[in-house]
Amino acid sequence: MWSLFLRDIRLSIRAGGGALIGVIFFLAVIVTIPFGVGPDLNLLSRIGPAILWIAALLACLLGLDRLFQADREDGSLDLLVLNGDRHMLALTVLTKCLAHWTGSVLPLVVAAPLLGLFMNMEPLGIGATALTLLVGTPAITFIGAAGAAVAVALPRGGLLISVLVLPLTIPVLIFGVSASYGAVADPAPFLQPFLILAALTLFLAVVGPLAAALALRHGTD
Amino acid sequence: MRLIAENLGGERGGETVFSNIGFALDQGEALIVTGPNGSGKSTLLRIVAGLLPVAGGKVLVEGGGEVFPTVASASHYLGHLNAMKAALSIEENLGFWRAFQGEPALSVDEALETVALGGLGHLPFGYLSTGQRRRVSIAKLLVSRRPIWLLDEPTAGLDKASEERFAGLMRGHLEDGGIVVAATHLPLGLERAKALGMGQVL
Repeated sequence: MWSLFLRDIRLSIRAGGGALIGVIFFLAVIVTIPFGVGPDLNLLSRIGPAILWIAALLACLLGLDRLFQADREDGSLDLLVLNGDRHMLALTVLTKCLAHWTGSVLPLVVAAPLLGLFMNMEPLGIGATALTLLVGTPAITFIGAAGAAVAVALPRGGLLISVLVLPLTIPVLIFGVSASYGAVADPAPFLQPFLILAALTLFLAVVGPLAAALALRHGTD
Repeated sequence: MRLIAENLGGERGGETVFSNIGFALDQGEALIVTGPNGSGKSTLLRIVAGLLPVAGGKVLVEGGGEVFPTVASASHYLGHLNAMKAALSIEENLGFWRAFQGEPALSVDEALETVALGGLGHLPFGYLSTGQRRRVSIAKLLVSRRPIWLLDEPTAGLDKASEERFAGLMRGHLEDGGIVVAATHLPLGLERAKALGMGQVL
């Protein structure tokens, strides 16, 4: 499993891996917002956490279509499925999700504090948003894996995956943003939504890979 | 160990491609599957490997013990695609499959020597020619131990010398008590192989 993790990390940082595409897209979205909203600093800092979360969510979806499709196109997916007796397929999928998250999504979380400055957010809010992104984005990857597995055989499945996955990520978005607000706006709580967010990630870490493994096993042709 | 297929049927997109195919292979036996295009050779191999659902009948392995309880766990599948990443070096590709598939046999360097690609392990897989890619894919069969080799057009793209070398590898595998099922149009150089012709009127 460790070898699979290392291989996927290597692939994501080599040429054509697309690890930085997500970060650049994230940057582009965040930089565009102040131009659209206007130079109202109070408004920007108020919508900052929500914008960061939505942009990160969209950037997460960007690379998901390649999660299994690249392996399918070169025949690796057959062998991953064939070795399902040695390595439970759901664990293989989980490993691939973790590698995808580390390679493509973790850079977003690292870039988020910097981009928070663009939104005129205060340090506490930036820290809280980065923390919720760190805890919440794996959930998006796990749901996305199920979507990517369903659409693996479709040649232009990227958009379909986004449409399939986006509604399912709404709870993650809601609790992520409300925890981020809870850290700065006084009456709203931080801990409760944050814990629900963590619970969502743990829950989806089990359900997502299981669903994806099922789809992959029945999707080979 | 024994690989048995009974009354096997296969379908593609709801159309029956073949039905009532049966064979039994003991250790050291090979089966060459021949037939015109579209007769279901690849489908048969994928069904045996468990990558496609059986439409009828069953495939099973007897005497695999604890290490190889099922056909899938006892099989190497060499399909049309090489299952290698163009961005990684040959060593990284083979090293990954060796670690992931378990039951390590030859080291990566030894396997590359065997397919006459010794000393090229540092090159990215994407730089290789079609035949060299196929040889790396064949080296993948050698880095982990599996008693059953399921080979789909294994010699496609290979030159004469490589074909003969691969025939030698298959003979060695059979002498070690392995089983080979190969779908091909070209003679593979296995003298005492059973033959299965697909696509005749059933």
